[in-house]
This record gives sequence, structure tokens and C-alpha cells, in this order.
Amino acid sequence: MPNMSLKKNEMPSQEPNVRNKNFSEVALGYTAEQAVDEANRCLNCKNRPCVGGCPVNIAIPDFIQEVQKGNFEEAYQIIAKSSSLPAVCGRVCPQESQCEAKCVRGIKGEPVAIGRLERFVADWHNDHSKEAPKRPAPLGRRVAIVGSGPSGLTCAGDLAKLGYDVTVFEALHTAGGVLVYGIPEFRLPKAIVQKEIDTLKELGVKVETNMVIGRVLSVDELLEDGFEAVFIGSGAGLPRFMNIPGENLKGVYSANEFLTRVNLMKSYRDNSDTPIQHAKKVAVVGGGNVAMDAARCAKRLGAEEVSIVYRRSEKELPARAEEVEHAKEEGIVFRLLHNPTKILGNEEGFVSGMECVEMELGEPDASGRRRPVEKAGSEFILEADCVIMAIGTSPNPLIKTTTEGLETQKWGGIIVEEETGLTSRPAVYAGGDAVTGAATVILAMGAGKTAASAIHEYLQKKEK
Amino acid sequence: MYRIAKKQKLNATVTLMEIEAPLIAKKAEPGQFIILRVNEEGERIPLTVADFDRERGTVTIIFQIVGATTEKLNHLEEGDCLQDFVGPLGTPSHVEGLRKVAVVGGGVGCAIAYPIAKKLHQLGAEVHSIVGFRNEELVILEEQFREVSDRFVLMTDDGSCGEKGLVTNALQKLIDAGEQYDEVIAIGPLIMMKFVVRLTKQYNIKTVVSMNPIMIDGTGMCGGCRLTVGGKTKFACVDGPDFDGFEVDFDEAMARSSIYKPFERHAYEEACHLFEKEVR
Repeated sequence: MPNMSLKKNEMPSQEPNVRNKNFSEVALGYTAEQAVDEANRCLNCKNRPCVGGCPVNIAIPDFIQEVQKGNFEEAYQIIAKSSSLPAVCGRVCPQESQCEAKCVRGIKGEPVAIGRLERFVADWHNDHSKEAPKRPAPLGRRVAIVGSGPSGLTCAGDLAKLGYDVTVFEALHTAGGVLVYGIPEFRLPKAIVQKEIDTLKELGVKVETNMVIGRVLSVDELLEDGFEAVFIGSGAGLPRFMNIPGENLKGVYSANEFLTRVNLMKSYRDNSDTPIQHAKKVAVVGGGNVAMDAARCAKRLGAEEVSIVYRRSEKELPARAEEVEHAKEEGIVFRLLHNPTKILGNEEGFVSGMECVEMELGEPDASGRRRPVEKAGSEFILEADCVIMAIGTSPNPLIKTTTEGLETQKWGGIIVEEETGLTSRPAVYAGGDAVTGAATVILAMGAGKTAASAIHEYLQKKEK
Repeated sequence: MYRIAKKQKLNATVTLMEIEAPLIAKKAEPGQFIILRVNEEGERIPLTVADFDRERGTVTIIFQIVGATTEKLNHLEEGDCLQDFVGPLGTPSHVEGLRKVAVVGGGVGCAIAYPIAKKLHQLGAEVHSIVGFRNEELVILEEQFREVSDRFVLMTDDGSCGEKGLVTNALQKLIDAGEQYDEVIAIGPLIMMKFVVRLTKQYNIKTVVSMNPIMIDGTGMCGGCRLTVGGKTKFACVDGPDFDGFEVDFDEAMARSSIYKPFERHAYEEACHLFEKEVR
């Protein structure tokens, strides 16, 4: 019997005023009953538009059919054919603009909660399945992956499933890229990321941390060392600043630094040696998911007032609607159509406030977004003892400057063939934010997937 | 895990360790640094590569016990392992083409100055080393410096060893005596580097300083180590740590280095309590 309710089954979650004081996961996940009930909303339609909306083309109706029958492990196996990180994607994908945007049930009412079901299935598998993934017959051919973020891990997983001997090189001491240093624990528990990485290791993927490619080994040395292909998934980790006065005062962080201290170094815990400023009034500049994450972390560290300062209006906020909603529920103040012009400091060199100016929206610019224009004479001072700059990142130049013949865009993105991810260097592929600039987890995964199949095709043709 | 192959006490608060890290030992150049983590709860701290042995696959670090992490590090013994050890990071010091150089080291900064002096010596440059310490008990690497220096001047604040005074006094004296340097390389506390630069600027002698700001990742992804150099924001971990001393905003760098003072003091006391040791 299909469930004809127009609404999704709600996701149980922590109360806003409880969760804004802890780092535990906000959304608690479906129970088995809730999952089966939600799965019954799927009509198993013939043309399956949802599959086309998924960047890695998971056979969505097929896995949902298994959930309907209570066959959760079978459901997992169907997802695992297409995705290496389902517990992650079920949590952080912007489903509203991908699979769920295409769902037929969404025409009249809400779409099927595909993301929540994927999450349920992946968590169920991780909690119940003891079976190690089956390793394919080894091909005896080595591929190197630079960076252990979503694109690198996906590429590694796909190649390992084909039998390649894959080594992932990670610069930090923990694998996962933005999944561990960027996205906070309350959105994506680090134990879940670790579990997904452990699954890849069981498939035979080797992960080497503390390996800064470009310094300890170059891409060329990897090729000389016997790796037959290299995939660069080094991301876009170089933070941008506004270049306004006062940006080097004590208490001004890039979102990357703030989030790395909080998420990777666990500075919110008493037993962590890494310090962080426990500020009272925090201003976060920017309107993307990173800004939301930074603001919600600052609140959890005990700030009395946390504001998002964004130069456009709510409609233009690049963050996911759900994240904005969660931030508002947790008491984050939105100062929209505001732009900082100067950061002010006290006599000890600490931040004391931020001069802002009000904005209004003018004509659309080349990108189609209405350009914000300063309102003359509207300057005012926002009190703050901490400012977090979340205005974007660029690709890290380390690989570019140490790999001869690797062509990049003016802004640093690696130039690749769209269909394969092949760079200007033979046998060297790239994908994710290193190519596109800061984008989403799932797009990075899609790029990792594309490159994995291109690498497979290339190596099949190439003599061993 | 990275094994400690050798541990040697250089003075009451300064320790030398050789760490087994063959890949880093193979690549490291003077002026570069590593980032280490003592244990799972540990913070990441940058330390300059003081020496390396490419054949034995070891990297030498020299650290002063100034806080919780260096205290914990100092409690490890030969055969123990460090959780994480990553590098070589930063841009190597520029040494090619220099014919006559004054290398100025202050305190534990001498551990960074030494490999540069050694490299310059190997390249055939005339090296004048000026090293300064608070007193005789804190002197480190004297023999090593003598070996690679054409002139060696040891200064102590209280005159308990070598000459009494600051490194800037010694440098002034050499300049007054007519020594002509292609470059001065100054490495030590920010205040020392600031005053060396103030002196050399008067004579327009190119001066390179090695900056030591707070760092987290050391790979250019957070900007925690940013400095103002020639009016522009630079990341010391990738653009440096060496910079043109005339261009560096030292006052800003000194302010930024003090951001976590209260936290550090507290953490250090806790660490000392853990090891039942009195805080100086």
C-alpha cells in the first residue's frame, strides 16, 4: 500500500535550545518504522527522474523498494554500487536541488525523503553489517590519489572496486578533507566519516596521512615511483580575505582556521591542546554553508550573540535553505544587506567591533545576481570581539607550482577535459574543488567517479 | 608514528631530538620546517628543521620548553614515537649566489640559523655568525657554529660567556669595522629581529628574517600564520617563513603572537602539574 501523505516523515532532531549548546548531531535519523513508512511514499515510477537528479546516479527506486520490504542490507548494496560515501551524502547533499527536486511526489506536496532514506540505510548497514566488503581480484596496477576529501575518496573507492592498487595521500593527520576539518560534528559526526574510510580500507585502499604532495613528493615523483595514473583532488582550501583595514587584528579568523580548530583539532573539548577564542559577540561575514557552520560552532562555544553579515538579501544566500533554517532556530542573527568596511581594535590589538555599511540591490550583474550597492551615509558599528571571514576559498597553489606543465585557470583551478577529468598532463587527472573552485560534496564525488572510469579506460588501453 | 632516534639535552630548557622520517630527511632544505603532534589530543606545532641526515633518514629538531606541548614533547624518550610529523614545509632559504653573509641567531633561533650557516659554508660563502643568549647556561650549538663560520661572535646579555651585550651591538661593531655583507640573515625572537632590521636599514644591507607566527596546518589552508609584508598579507607557512626584513610589520606580528597567552599559560601549568614540575 503506497503512503499517500503529501508530507515527508519528519526527521527526529534535537531541540534548538538544547543543540545550540552541544556538538552532537542535530538530526537523529529515522527509526526503521519511519523509514519503511517514508519508503512507501515512493511510487516506483517508470521513468525514474530522481536517478537523473543524482550526480552519481544511484538506483534510487530500487533501493527504496528494498527499504519498503525491510531488506535494509540489500538496499545498502544497491546504493554501494554507485556511491562510496552514502552515510555522508545522505547527510550533506543538497537533495532539494538534486534527486528530490526531480521526484514526482514533489509536484503535489513534498518529494520522497530520498536523502533521509539513504542516510538510514547507510547507518543501518554500519551498525549491523559485520561483513567486510569483498575485495576484487588485484590487477597489480597502482594509482595515486592526492587528497582524501570527497572527490579523492570516491575516485579511490571506485578504482579499488575494479581491482586497482590505490594509495591516497593526505596532507593533514586525518583523512576526510572538508568532511573532517570543515563540516562540523553536529552536521556530520566524524565517527561516520571514519567508518566510511575504514570501509574503503577494507576494500584495499591505502591511506597515507601527513603527506603533503608538492613538498614531500611531487606528482612527477609519484609517476616515477610506479603509479600509472594520478588523480588530484586537493580541493580549494586557500582562504580569501576582504583586504579591509583591521583584518589582521587578534580575533579575526578565516572560516577555515576557525573550523579547523573546532572540528579537526576539537578545541571545544577540554582535553584538546588546541586553543580557540571563546568570544561573546561574533560576526561571521558571508552567506554560504561555511558561514552557517562557523556561526553555529561559535554559538556552541558559548557566544551570546552570533550574526551572519551578508551583503545581499535572504533570497541570494548561497547556503542550503535547511542550514539557514537551522541557524535561525538556534538563535543566529541575520544581518542581511550589510557589508563590512573596516574592523576595529582595542589598545591590545583585539577586535572590538566592525564598521558596516547598509546595502541595496541594484541591477543584475554578469552572473545574473543583483549587484549590492552601498547606501551612502549608512555606516554603523557592530560590536564584536571575534570576526570570522567566510567569503570563499581558492585552490591551493602548491600542486600547481610544483607540477610542470599542469595548466590552470587564472584563479588557480586546474584545467581538465570535462568528460574525463584529464589534465594537460598525460596520466594526471583532477576533480572536485581543485578544478571548479569551492562547490559541493556531491559534485566533488561525481568528479571523482568520472575520473575513476576515465582512468580505468586509459589504463585498460595502456600496456602494463 | 615517527620514532625518536636520539634525544639530547642542550641546556636546561632546550632539547635536541632526531626523528626517523626518511621521506622528509630526503627532501628537507635549510629554512624549512615541520609540523608535529605529540599525541592524539595534541595540537599541531611548527618547528624548524635544525639538521637532517639523508642517509640515516632522520630529521633534527631543537625546541625550547615554553608551554604545554613542548613540555609533553620533552617527556618523550629515545625509542618513543610522535603521533604526527609532517614536512618539509615552507620555502627553503635562499642561499645561492651569496658570497659574504652575517648570520645572526638569538636564543633557540640559533637552531634555525645553524643549518643556514652550514649550507652557506658548504657553498663557499664567507660566514660571520653572531649568536646571542641570555647567559652562559643557555648557550647552544657553539661548536657547530664555530665549525662553519669564518668569524664567530658569542654574546650574552650578562657577559657570563663571550662578550656582554646584544647581537645588534656585535653586528654594529662588525659593520663599523668595515665588513661588507651581501646579506644579513636574522633568526630569533621577534623583538631581536626587529632591532636587527632597524640597524641594517640604516646601512641598507639586505636583511632576511625567519618568521615564527602561530600555525595550525602549515600548508596554506587557514591563514592563521598571516603577516603583513610590504603592505600585503602573506602566509608564513607557504610564502615564508623567510621574508625581507625591511618589509615585515613586526609590531603586528608581535601582537598576533600573543593571542592565546592566557590559554597557553593555563595549559602549561596543567602540563607541569601533570608532570609534577614547578612553573618558572
